[in-house]
Amino acid sequence: MSTLSILMSAFVLSIVGLGFFIWSQRARLTDSGPEASEIIFAKGEIGHPEKAIDRTTPQAVSPRPDEAELLARVRADASSAQVVFFFYCCAFVWLLVASAAGLTASIKLHSPDWLTSEAWLSFGRIRTLHLNAVAYGWAPMAGLGTALFIIPRLLKTELAGARYALLGGALWNAALVAGLGSLAYGVSDGMEWLEIPWQIDILFVAGGALVGLPLILTLLRRTVAHLYVSVWYMGCALFWFPILFFVANFPGLHHGVEAATMNWWFGHNVLGLFYTPLALASIYYFLPKLIGRPIQSYNLSLLGFWGLAFFYGQVGGHHLIGGPVPGWLVTLSIVQSMMMILPVAAFTVNQHLTLKGHLSALRGSPTLQFICLGGLMYTASSVQGSFEALRSMNAVTHFTHYTVAHAHLGLYGFVSMVFFGAIYFVVPRITGREWPWPKLVTVHFWLAATGIAIYFVSLTIGGWLQGTAMLDPSRGFMESVHATLPYLRGRSVGGALMVLGHVIFAVHFIGLLAGASGRAVQPSPALNAATGDI
Amino acid sequence: MHSETRLVLGGLTTLAVATAALVVLPYLTVRDTPPAPGLKPYTASALRGRTQYIQHGCMYCHSQQPRARDFAPDAKRGWGRATVAGDYAYDDPPLLGTMRTGPDLMNIGVRQPGEQWHLGHLFQPRAYVPGSIMPAYPFLFELRDKAEPGETVVTLPPGFVPEGKTVVARPEALDLVSYLKSLDRSYPAIDPTTTN
Repeated sequence: MSTLSILMSAFVLSIVGLGFFIWSQRARLTDSGPEASEIIFAKGEIGHPEKAIDRTTPQAVSPRPDEAELLARVRADASSAQVVFFFYCCAFVWLLVASAAGLTASIKLHSPDWLTSEAWLSFGRIRTLHLNAVAYGWAPMAGLGTALFIIPRLLKTELAGARYALLGGALWNAALVAGLGSLAYGVSDGMEWLEIPWQIDILFVAGGALVGLPLILTLLRRTVAHLYVSVWYMGCALFWFPILFFVANFPGLHHGVEAATMNWWFGHNVLGLFYTPLALASIYYFLPKLIGRPIQSYNLSLLGFWGLAFFYGQVGGHHLIGGPVPGWLVTLSIVQSMMMILPVAAFTVNQHLTLKGHLSALRGSPTLQFICLGGLMYTASSVQGSFEALRSMNAVTHFTHYTVAHAHLGLYGFVSMVFFGAIYFVVPRITGREWPWPKLVTVHFWLAATGIAIYFVSLTIGGWLQGTAMLDPSRGFMESVHATLPYLRGRSVGGALMVLGHVIFAVHFIGLLAGASGRAVQPSPALNAATGDI
Repeated sequence: MHSETRLVLGGLTTLAVATAALVVLPYLTVRDTPPAPGLKPYTASALRGRTQYIQHGCMYCHSQQPRARDFAPDAKRGWGRATVAGDYAYDDPPLLGTMRTGPDLMNIGVRQPGEQWHLGHLFQPRAYVPGSIMPAYPFLFELRDKAEPGETVVTLPPGFVPEGKTVVARPEALDLVSYLKSLDRSYPAIDPTTTN
């Protein structure tokens, strides 16, 4: 078959497939009408952002929100509080570990003789520690913690089987400690994103399954007829990830260049089918909650979800453009990478329409700032990623720091920003304490935003210069190295700001736990009723 | 059917399609590509060196996949012809790499056949390539007053070894260099599965 016919058939197949899926899923999942998107609000609550303090009376409004519904929500929060708190504590630890490792790796790239005496501190290992601490520590702990918080609220029931998630989380973190230890020691499976030895992966599988179990148990006890869009994302992510992880790490299964295609099937899908849906689910929940109005178009969110599910899984081959793999595979991935623009546009339009007229809410709420910036960066990094898959652009940017900048725009600018916002929203509700120093939230936001901006702009320019130098055979290879140096330093500056932001974030969390606030959440009738029988 | 059942079935279907394309089909078609004629199996020392290459993360800065002439000038840089599936028949896992912070290494054994160059370059890259940002790997070597018989002494350009000391390569360094020297895909490639 010629490349053109493969290209055309892949295109037609994906469009027809997406259309069929949306048609077949539509009947139940949208339950047409605006009520579906209003399910996250109690009666009478629309128009009022959810406040942590004194949650029964949002600004003494009339009509007052339905007390019984608010009480049910408080019960839902109480049922998940312990396990969410555990996941968040782990997330904080891994965030700090990953930050330290990342900054060290960044500095080493422009100061190669710094800290060379120990093998575990060498670039190849500390960089891998950074990636794995983010990929299996910070991102899943924050994402799963948020999912465990949101799911009982959305299903209007209490979290069932929280102790399984707690045990699963403990196993998962034990596995990560063992995994990072073995990488530092020099035992690695040798594939990017899949470095942790498969023997340790068994623990991750067991832990992950135990974390997923409460989702199923809670779904069985749901008291709502309709599944809100966030449940689709989180539910599917929790099914997708174990399959990806299990297939990818199965020992002895993969070999030769097939292992390379599998590697990027996993590497890209762990971003697209795990972190991305968890973060998007958070946006679909927190954004409406924080501005007090339902999302604009529920049908657009349907398109966004099934588009992501259908196209994202097949984009991984664009990491192998120009590589020794079958040509049709690369072409398929390029087509599907471009198709990703569709669900991204659906999400973006939806977010814009929802926020329209409510921008003033951004001023008073740093949480909302994190979530909105994260949403914007989802659009930016996705569109950028689609274009990076085009051969003409890939010829320049592949193998350069440009790709690293892109990866951080996605996993930091989008996913981490959203999780920061989620944590700021959730922690007061599960601990019963308000963040003690609100100014620090603003400081964290600006450090993170400025840091990633410097990081991204530096590496994007540096990577592009590196790529164009490498494509010019009249310039020696070392020119492509020299070209990046100032930008690698710039990246370290941006990274340092991000790390500083994380330290402040963690100090603030400790301050909250230590009871520094002096303005603990006032006990409300609902809270008393709920905590009375935990 | 409950909506969650439809949801999960739908999600599993989309993932199955992706897995079929990116994992199952390659599994059926290219996984067991026979070694390219001319490709030699690794020696025991080179295989141990390959483990060193992995554990020190060399693949995070060096690719092992020169691209085709109509795509990038890799061949003009002396990195070799575009590779084909049969070139990786003995590679478990393949180390294609995603970055070229340093040059492609698929044919480094052809470009730099000398053991001493590799050893010295690992001890201190900047002794050979001014402005290099490759990490130094001093922990793969030992500084001695005098080498024992049978040990490999590394001769570096003047100024890179402390006065009165001798640099001796540890076995890990010798294995790693043995692997690097074995990287040679300069034989001709015939493989219908790739587009050259």
